[in-house]
Amino acid sequence: MSKIQAIANNAKSSAEKLGIKKYDIYGSTVDQTSVQVDEGEPKQVKASNLSGVTVRVWNEHHTVGVTSTTDVDPKGLELALKTAQEASFFGVKENIPDFSPEATAALASTSSEKLPPLPVSEIIDKLIGAEKELLAAHPAIAGVPYNNLAQRDIERFYLNSDGALRTESHSLASIYLYTKTEEAEKKPRSAGAYRVSYGVNTLDISGCITETAQKTISHLNYEKIPSGKYTVVFSPEAFLSLLGAFSNLFNAQNILDHQSLSQAEDIGKQIASPLLCVCDDALHPANIGAETFDGEGTPTRKVSLIENGVLVGFLHSAGTAKRMNAQPTGNASIGAKVSVGANFYHVYGGAAAEQELNLQTAENVILIDDLQALHAGVKSLQGSFSLPFDGWIVNKGEKVSVESATVAGDFLEVLKSIIYVEKEAELTPGGVCPRIWIEGLSITGE
Amino acid sequence: MLIDTLISNQLPNLEYTSTSERFDESWEAPLSILLGLGRAAGADFLEFFLERVNYISCLAEEDTITSITPRLSTGAGVRVFVGKADCYVSTNDVTFVGLKAALEKALSIMGLQLPAPNAFIPEINLELLRDYGTKRGKDSWLPLCTSIREMGEILLDGTGKLQKTATHVQSRRASYFRDWQEVLVAASDGTFARDIRLTQSVGFNLLCADGSHRASIGERAGNTSDPNFLKTWDYTEAAEHISDSAGKMLYADYVESGTYPIIMANHFGGVIFHEACGHLLETTQIERKTTPFADKKGEKIAHESLTAWDEGRTENAFGTIDMDDEGMPAQRTLLIEKGILKNFLADRTGSWRTGHPRTGSGRRQGFTFAAASRMRNTYIAPGEHSVDDLFASVDKGIYCKKMGGGSVGATGQFNFGVDEAYLIENGKITKPLKGAILIGEAKEIMNKISMCSQDLSLAPGFCGSVSGSIYTTVGQPHIKVDSITVGGR
Repeated sequence: MSKIQAIANNAKSSAEKLGIKKYDIYGSTVDQTSVQVDEGEPKQVKASNLSGVTVRVWNEHHTVGVTSTTDVDPKGLELALKTAQEASFFGVKENIPDFSPEATAALASTSSEKLPPLPVSEIIDKLIGAEKELLAAHPAIAGVPYNNLAQRDIERFYLNSDGALRTESHSLASIYLYTKTEEAEKKPRSAGAYRVSYGVNTLDISGCITETAQKTISHLNYEKIPSGKYTVVFSPEAFLSLLGAFSNLFNAQNILDHQSLSQAEDIGKQIASPLLCVCDDALHPANIGAETFDGEGTPTRKVSLIENGVLVGFLHSAGTAKRMNAQPTGNASIGAKVSVGANFYHVYGGAAAEQELNLQTAENVILIDDLQALHAGVKSLQGSFSLPFDGWIVNKGEKVSVESATVAGDFLEVLKSIIYVEKEAELTPGGVCPRIWIEGLSITGE
Repeated sequence: MLIDTLISNQLPNLEYTSTSERFDESWEAPLSILLGLGRAAGADFLEFFLERVNYISCLAEEDTITSITPRLSTGAGVRVFVGKADCYVSTNDVTFVGLKAALEKALSIMGLQLPAPNAFIPEINLELLRDYGTKRGKDSWLPLCTSIREMGEILLDGTGKLQKTATHVQSRRASYFRDWQEVLVAASDGTFARDIRLTQSVGFNLLCADGSHRASIGERAGNTSDPNFLKTWDYTEAAEHISDSAGKMLYADYVESGTYPIIMANHFGGVIFHEACGHLLETTQIERKTTPFADKKGEKIAHESLTAWDEGRTENAFGTIDMDDEGMPAQRTLLIEKGILKNFLADRTGSWRTGHPRTGSGRRQGFTFAAASRMRNTYIAPGEHSVDDLFASVDKGIYCKKMGGGSVGATGQFNFGVDEAYLIENGKITKPLKGAILIGEAKEIMNKISMCSQDLSLAPGFCGSVSGSIYTTVGQPHIKVDSITVGGR
């Protein structure tokens, strides 16, 4: 019997014993190994095989209680059900969460590969090799203080007392490399890159090394820049970081909670430049480790959010969809209060731009590669941000690194100030996006 | 289970089942066997960390309890050292068989072979259990904690107060969590120690809006040792305080970017030292070569007005621990004295790898993380000035009354946001400002903290780093920073 089937059977017998007639369970098991190295030697290897489940129980008054546990043996599962049952008497009495109407709907088939893990000694050797190559890339690169190569096997499931039972599994591997430089009379500089794939053998480690080295070297010569208003070009990762920080724009639960920059009636409103299109697409072919169902068992799908600058959709759970007369979108996480989140953004161009812009010809623009301290510098409910960044000032293709500066603005104004969406998109951990050009953003340098 | 002589052939048949509801002396035998097995396999050092968590959170939105979320968690981690390299394996299975499987996996990763058949397995002689839980009366804490019903009533009273005290309210929330944690540490140097931690936090989040003007303010209180903490929370005062802040910030102008002298308030203002210096005094940063202070012990690294401490135990503070997560009693550590760097914060590994003495600072979020050197209750000591002295010294600057979060990077560059700020002109506060973020270089800023007042105050915080998110205290008196870059519009 599979582990999931055993959990389902144990849950059923424990629920019967406790007099629980309605429940659902979401859970996962993650088997992971990761390594770090330091100066040619393994520094720390971490391995884990961890399980966890969240159970929801409805009582005879139809209110719901929730408990999470790492004990998935019969005794642990029974305790979790019992605790959730106790909590259910304090559950909400309005807008009570319920099973997703799509918990048994057909799932999309994905092309996720599942690759076997490599022996630890092999992944250590690969990371030591990466560190060595980076150290040899330039004399100024004195170390790679943050590095990690990880491989994991993930299994997820959802089941409920109405007979829904979903499972899926996939493998993932990732690497990140982050350098630090030392040069006489100069400040230390740093840069990094990240790659993800289904397994270590298919991971683009050499691409990660090359990108890290090129970025690091490009930051060696740096200058302070005068404070002022600039045309800013966000890298795909930087733009998606900002979009993610203000994701309450699309989050139906946030809207219902008055914790959003949007309101329910904003659908159809022009909120961005017509040049911009955004959707959430868990099943995008580039999404490594795509999940086909959410925490409530709802199938994931492509959800259009902005089309040609117009707000056209929100991300829903089963509960928010019911309250807003919409369909669930596969973006829910199970909980006492179901939360909603994006799966995988896909940003692309909409209406044709008046003119095509190019870093090879543009003058005095700021290319922002990486935004920092989003947890501190973003006021997501006010719409404002003020963030340190890594980037360059670019003049006709010539890049000079910017020394300690911040970019500040209002996100809704940023969306309307987009002057160009480049054609070529890049894959990042959070989605697929091209470079986005914004005019008139405040930069604080000196 | 007492075994005089254990032969490796007997291991597959060895079983252990805990009948106790807590981690106690009955764990000595199985853990000493497992530690001995690891040593016999060739490991230089081993440590087991066992953890049990009973957590609950509660959220009130407007006038309704919208979420009660209990979480039960049990797990363990084993750390194996060969030379200075180490491996950490974690598992949910806290049975003898589960722990042995985790150990075998760790040994195998480190390239070690289990002892051959018929090999003698020397058990590790653990010390008598140092039980901080029982010794300090913590075994009764969990049942004494606030009931679910009381949690709800207090939070709803709190959001009711917010409705009365604030204007232009768009949303109001009160949230509370209680994190009860029992830990047991056993290591091959004989360490055998148990503790119970009870961490609680409660606070408000208020969003006010008037047309395009918006202000969102959050504030939390925290405690580590009082089961009655929630019942003693003065939510009336907290509601008045946060409503006043939101009212002032609602129509505030955006700060004009530039370089200013600033006065930073006490209490959570201590985040500046936490980010700009505290992290850089952790041996983890020395190991990574990411601190400019690595070779500066005994040297002047800060203005002579600055003295700073990191304490394991401070009455009722959020980062207080009796022992760290490696079983060492927490110490009181003088970090900087009148500008001179005195000590680093060291965990066991950091001490081995850098030579700095352990300070009881090995901390971790839970059993899935290996311990690392982390801050506990960290603060700048009071100085000799009055707050008025500080303001009188500023012609044009910024008063940072309430700080947001921050971070420090690999090069020592730090940043943190300001939630509530005011313009200072000719020594007086003149108008509220919003949107400020402070950035600087740690090495430079420490010499610019030129004045400290006498009003030390501590505040709870959450610190994320290599060993996860942990509870810490930040603190300081009002301080003056002579100049710092302020990002804005």
